[in-house]
Amino acid sequence: MVLVIAEQRDGVLNNASWEALVAAQQLDEPVRVAVAGAGDGLAAVGAELAAADVESILTVDHPELESYTPDGFVAAFAAVVTDTAPDRVFLAHTYQTREFAPRLAARVGRSLIADCVGVRPRDGRLAFVRPMFQGKFVADVAAAGPAPHFASFQIGAFRPDALERGAAPAPVTAFPVTLEPGAIRQQIEVPFQEAKQAVDLTQAERIVAVGRGIKGREHLGLVESLATALGAEVAASRPICDSGWLPMDRQIGSSGQTVAPKLYLALGISGAIQHLVGMKGSRTIVAVNKDADAPIFEVADYGIVGDLFDVVPAIIAALDA
Amino acid sequence: MKIAVCVKQVVTREWPLRVDEARTWVEDRDASFEMNEPDAYALEEALRLREQHGGEVVVCSAGPARAAQVVREALARGADRAIRVEGGGLAAADAAMVAEALAAAMRDEQFELVLTGLQSDDQGFAQTGVVLAELLGIPHATIIMEVQVADGRLRVKRELEGGWFQWVSMPTPALLTIQSGINQLRYATLKGIMAAKRKEVRVVEAAADLVPRQEILEIRVPEKTKQTHMIAGSPSEAAAELVKVLREEARVI
Repeated sequence: MVLVIAEQRDGVLNNASWEALVAAQQLDEPVRVAVAGAGDGLAAVGAELAAADVESILTVDHPELESYTPDGFVAAFAAVVTDTAPDRVFLAHTYQTREFAPRLAARVGRSLIADCVGVRPRDGRLAFVRPMFQGKFVADVAAAGPAPHFASFQIGAFRPDALERGAAPAPVTAFPVTLEPGAIRQQIEVPFQEAKQAVDLTQAERIVAVGRGIKGREHLGLVESLATALGAEVAASRPICDSGWLPMDRQIGSSGQTVAPKLYLALGISGAIQHLVGMKGSRTIVAVNKDADAPIFEVADYGIVGDLFDVVPAIIAALDA
Repeated sequence: MKIAVCVKQVVTREWPLRVDEARTWVEDRDASFEMNEPDAYALEEALRLREQHGGEVVVCSAGPARAAQVVREALARGADRAIRVEGGGLAAADAAMVAEALAAAMRDEQFELVLTGLQSDDQGFAQTGVVLAELLGIPHATIIMEVQVADGRLRVKRELEGGWFQWVSMPTPALLTIQSGINQLRYATLKGIMAAKRKEVRVVEAAADLVPRQEILEIRVPEKTKQTHMIAGSPSEAAAELVKVLREEARVI
């Protein structure tokens, strides 16, 4: 049996949970779903999940689980895993999963194969496909040791619309948990956004984005010149904003903005997955990089292998011509 | 405050990586290595907390003998002493195995705060710190962008998806995984490099009974999902061709 741990907040199901469900349905094994929370919001999510063709939905309802905390969710789902004894536990690779799932796996003496983009049979075992070395390689990884085996799936790895729906709603059952007083050591505050983003890159028709290849803040003028020539906004991968060379609100990727402009020109960006998720929906992607093996070329429509300090002035000149 | 910071040695970003003959790891015999970048931010945060609150910073690393290089570097940047867990099998080990190796060497130290980088540049598990917290029995929080310490409690700013944040507080001892960009890194000074030579490094053999929980069956270059039109030629030829296709084929400029 595959146990899928779904994610919800304030009664809203995280869409990525459907993708983890699709991954589980591929395996031709019974599927159950567990989701934690409290009260009516959780009940609504349970009913929504019941549309999937699965054996059952377990709602883990406790006032202390209304808001996510790592201690609360590890304790609650450890009880579910121990009680239901699944062969596998699947989750969507969200920030929340990244925080509690490795600890959940460790609590029951197992490990998590994280950030997978696929799963397939290989020599009588199940191979989980995951990126390594910043996306330069992918690896087939198998779980060693006894079940349950935990895996999380990258958002976008499976299509939520591939979900198999049941003829009738799946049964929804409450899973009672007790949490020891003081079991939850983290105290959380209300989520917030930093001061309103000055730049809304999602509206830009063209974006020129720059990465580590730019080497120093003093070279940014070159990128700005190209952006001006193209009528584009300037954006960056995370390391550039980390270094303070461009403000954080110019960052594209999982921790920044997600964009889909007509033209996305990536200069000296290697294409780590955290960046790709923020821009791979762009209509036309151009990559300029010294390294012919850089993962950015896998999503690019047009690629130039070369030093951006040679290529960018040449593009500016060609636009002028 | 007694702070531990865990650092990993990884192949430098610039190194042209190739898959090894067995196709289960990368060819790294002649590679150059560096401190995993997110761990460098964790180290910097530990040094800043020591400057504010006093105490000591102990750098901890688990890996093959060559990992001594990043331990020395951390000492040169200002860590007070080091614990290095040595094991040949740790270079390509899964996160749980590395965390077990670290926990065994760190447990008796009773650290008040343990910092790790968010994830490593090689296998990218983003798990070693989280599992280490479980093994040490202390609370944790991940992807931290700011750390405040007051009255034996931590208040930390955790990054959520899509530009959202959340403050989380918890008692010490605790473990935090640090996001890149939380601070500006300092580099080793000559004085720091000289001082590092006199600092204590405790070398511990990794336990022989560490059991892998994951097995790499094969590593390969990803299959292309898109037809990429690679434009060759000199910079000016390639640029002229690019502008032409963007105008006439893609019609985006």
